[in-house]
Amino acid sequence: MPADFNWAIGGEAGDGIDSTGKIFAQALSRAGRHVFTSKDFASRIRGGYTAYKVRTAIDPVQSVVDRLDVLIALTQRTIDENLDELHEGSVIIYDGDRSTMADVEIPEGMIGLDVPLKALAEEAGGAIMRNVVALGAACAVADFPIENLDSALKKRFGGKGEAIVENNKKAARAGLEYVHEEFDYEFDYDLETTDNDYVLINGDQAIGMGAIAAGCRFYAGYPITPATDVMEYLTGRIERYGGHVVQAEDELAAINLALGAARAGARSMTATSGPGIDLMAETFGLVATSETPLVIVDVMRSGPSTGMPTKQEQGDLNMMLYGGHGEIPRFVVAPTSISECFWKTVEAFNMAEKYQVPVYVAADLAMAVTEQTFAPEVFDMDKVEIDRGKVVDEDSIDEWLDEKGRFQPHALTDDGISPRAFPGTEQGAHMSTGLEHDELGRRTEDREMRVEQVDKRERKVETAKSSEDLSPREFGDADSDTLILSWGSNEGALVEALDFLEEDGIDVRFLSVPYMFPRPDLTEDIEAADEVIVVECNATGQFANVVEHDTLTRVKRINKYDGVRFKADELAEQIKATLDAEEVSA
Amino acid sequence: MSSDVRFTDFKSDKQPTWCPGCGDFGTMNGIMKALANSGTDPDNTFVVAGIGCSGKIGTYMHSYAIHGVHGRSLPVAAGVKLANPNLTVVAAGGDGDGYSIGAGHFIHAVRRNVDMAYTVMDNRIYGLTKGQASPTSREDFETSTTPDGPQQPPVNPHALALAAGGTFIAQSFATDHKRHAEIVQAAIEHDGFGFVNVFSPCVTFNDVDTYDYFRDNLVDLADTDHDPTDYDAAKEKILDSSKEYEGIIYQDESSVSYEEKFGVTENMSDIPSGAPDDAMDLVREFY
Ligand SMILES: Cc1ncc(C[n+]2csc(CCOP(=O)(O)OP(=O)(O)O)c2C)c(N)n1
Ligand code: SF4
Repeated sequence: MPADFNWAIGGEAGDGIDSTGKIFAQALSRAGRHVFTSKDFASRIRGGYTAYKVRTAIDPVQSVVDRLDVLIALTQRTIDENLDELHEGSVIIYDGDRSTMADVEIPEGMIGLDVPLKALAEEAGGAIMRNVVALGAACAVADFPIENLDSALKKRFGGKGEAIVENNKKAARAGLEYVHEEFDYEFDYDLETTDNDYVLINGDQAIGMGAIAAGCRFYAGYPITPATDVMEYLTGRIERYGGHVVQAEDELAAINLALGAARAGARSMTATSGPGIDLMAETFGLVATSETPLVIVDVMRSGPSTGMPTKQEQGDLNMMLYGGHGEIPRFVVAPTSISECFWKTVEAFNMAEKYQVPVYVAADLAMAVTEQTFAPEVFDMDKVEIDRGKVVDEDSIDEWLDEKGRFQPHALTDDGISPRAFPGTEQGAHMSTGLEHDELGRRTEDREMRVEQVDKRERKVETAKSSEDLSPREFGDADSDTLILSWGSNEGALVEALDFLEEDGIDVRFLSVPYMFPRPDLTEDIEAADEVIVVECNATGQFANVVEHDTLTRVKRINKYDGVRFKADELAEQIKATLDAEEVSA
Repeated sequence: MSSDVRFTDFKSDKQPTWCPGCGDFGTMNGIMKALANSGTDPDNTFVVAGIGCSGKIGTYMHSYAIHGVHGRSLPVAAGVKLANPNLTVVAAGGDGDGYSIGAGHFIHAVRRNVDMAYTVMDNRIYGLTKGQASPTSREDFETSTTPDGPQQPPVNPHALALAAGGTFIAQSFATDHKRHAEIVQAAIEHDGFGFVNVFSPCVTFNDVDTYDYFRDNLVDLADTDHDPTDYDAAKEKILDSSKEYEGIIYQDESSVSYEEKFGVTENMSDIPSGAPDDAMDLVREFY
């Protein structure tokens, strides 16, 4: 029996693919199994191929692989789209009575189980439950105790009444029994359960949860795939803590609302994807110049322009590092996994307030829409610390008043960080502006003051470099001559790729870099290695370019920009190929 | 808040660089008077300005303030107010700032009805960029970029506001000091979005919409039998392009501000030093 089990349901958008997949993923998670999900979806609501994939194992799983063991196919296209991943012995569950599956072709060597999903669902109480019948059939194939499905069904349908939940349980059992009775295959699977309690969470939700944990009280955003889940998560939850979500008229409004709230003293955030970041660029400069702490989440998707809205890419790094006119420090933190989406968001708020800078959280679609199981302690809320930086109150403001008693929000300090007074603070009244300003925040074109203010803002970067731990996350063989670097969501696939490589006797060292600016100095690591490969989901190697620039060393690149995230096995092959090519040319 | 606040407390010691005679002087003084009369003080007041000659207003005032980017003062002001509803918030800007680049925000700010005042210094021209046509310029008004006039009808900001569900719609004139301050104060005290279009002549680039023009053509609604709570009467005044009106054109007395409607009442700057006590419940939701 293989160590992990790969399952998918696919059909047309509108077939209920997402919720069915989610129910199965939840059932597995509640049964104490690790789960990693991924979604294939097209940018349309009805029609268009969509699939929900689940990888599950007893040990942690953190990426997708090129294999599908059981597929629930609601359309022929579901089979065609996944042909590469299906293998000899893969099981395909379908409903031969369904018009879209009437002349279904089951590929050679695979097992087709024709289950009358609709008819069995109708018997159980309604055709709408046919996907649940299919889940029951999948339980039979996977030898997964069907009772585990019950609580997931209850969670999904509990709001609709006990009768609906009972009907769904019945429907699932009808599918299970049909497979047991009608087919006499010896399936190769045995999905064991454990007593572990896991939570199943996606990156957008983790970002939203991190924001609340960190004391974010104000969120303004404009819906955009794949960032919308952040807003949906916060809506209805942030209010419990005295916060508020505004759906703005556009991204220009969103970032300006968030800026206003931040200047009023709230921890404030906006989240968007590439096109929204473009629109925010002008105000971004204002946020930075006025030294306003603000967290801006970019859940990257394929660009440029509207690109491929439902596909993966890490193409906005340059935009985050350099976007906007003029020059101004901005911090960019990049979570490397779904749990890090939580922790890096917490950190982003602290950095924003400590250094009074806009902080980008560079997330991406691959993390945002996929779910992963975690032990709840991974999100240990007792470990959340809040540092609001140099906030002054009535008692401490004196130190920051000039000889005329005026507050100096942009006082020139050694560490580059000035005091902050929230509105309402006596004697704190001051002006914030996008114009170059003096220590009082007043417009100036004085050459000396211009230089001093630019230098002051830059000094914050040095302060952060010396006071923050920017080290990368390290994996693999610390002594290996081969160094792999990557950022963002590739971490999981790379960590698993290391296992594949190890099986082939190849040991590598892998550094997953979560800070894009300020970023760790990788010079020593690179000089210690013979081979350096930078892995990222874009065509031009935006991170690789930065690394080359910082370390004055040429690196190799593995780039993927077809809209699909890296898979662990595929990545292992590419790394091998890159290393082999090196040997040949040497 | 202290009761002995004077309007000069809202004055900064920065000398305005407006042209001598610019309407913006009067507009600003009126706003400062309105603030003082409404009982707030500089440390509890937030002024948000846009870009343009008009946008410099925040610089010459003393309060918490943001001088933002062109056209975006309204969302900034709403963010300030929602994050700390105890503050008195005034947004200010020009006709180009508010009705051109910021027109989208204007409509949505009106709909949103956050409790703040919005004063547009309408000089029917772009002042700071030296005399181009603005959205309120007359159809035949010749400027450097429209030698034959814009050849498009001017926008009617009051009509936009009314159509968007405005709950306080008014107009004032910068040099009618007392009246202007009164109207702005009413806008500040209105429970919701108080919109005041202020005629604020540009003495340098607009020789048509001058002080004399407004003096000769303004009709003060207070001198008529206009009832600002009468929606139809307000509509009639707003669509009447033969006259220039001064005063409160429309006020919905049953207006409920956004904050009240959504229960946004807390000062959001107060947060605990760690995650909320029950934060693990957020994690457990994902079982
Ligand atoms: C994005 C952007 N575009 C253009 C400008 C240039 N600009 C500055 S002020 C202004 C027009 C201001 O006109 P108005 O709002 O009527 O104010 P006034 O100067 O007449 O008071 C323009 C176009 C800018 N600052 N930002
Ligand atoms: S250019 Fe016009 S609007 Fe600008 S300051 Fe001069 S008079 Fe006032």
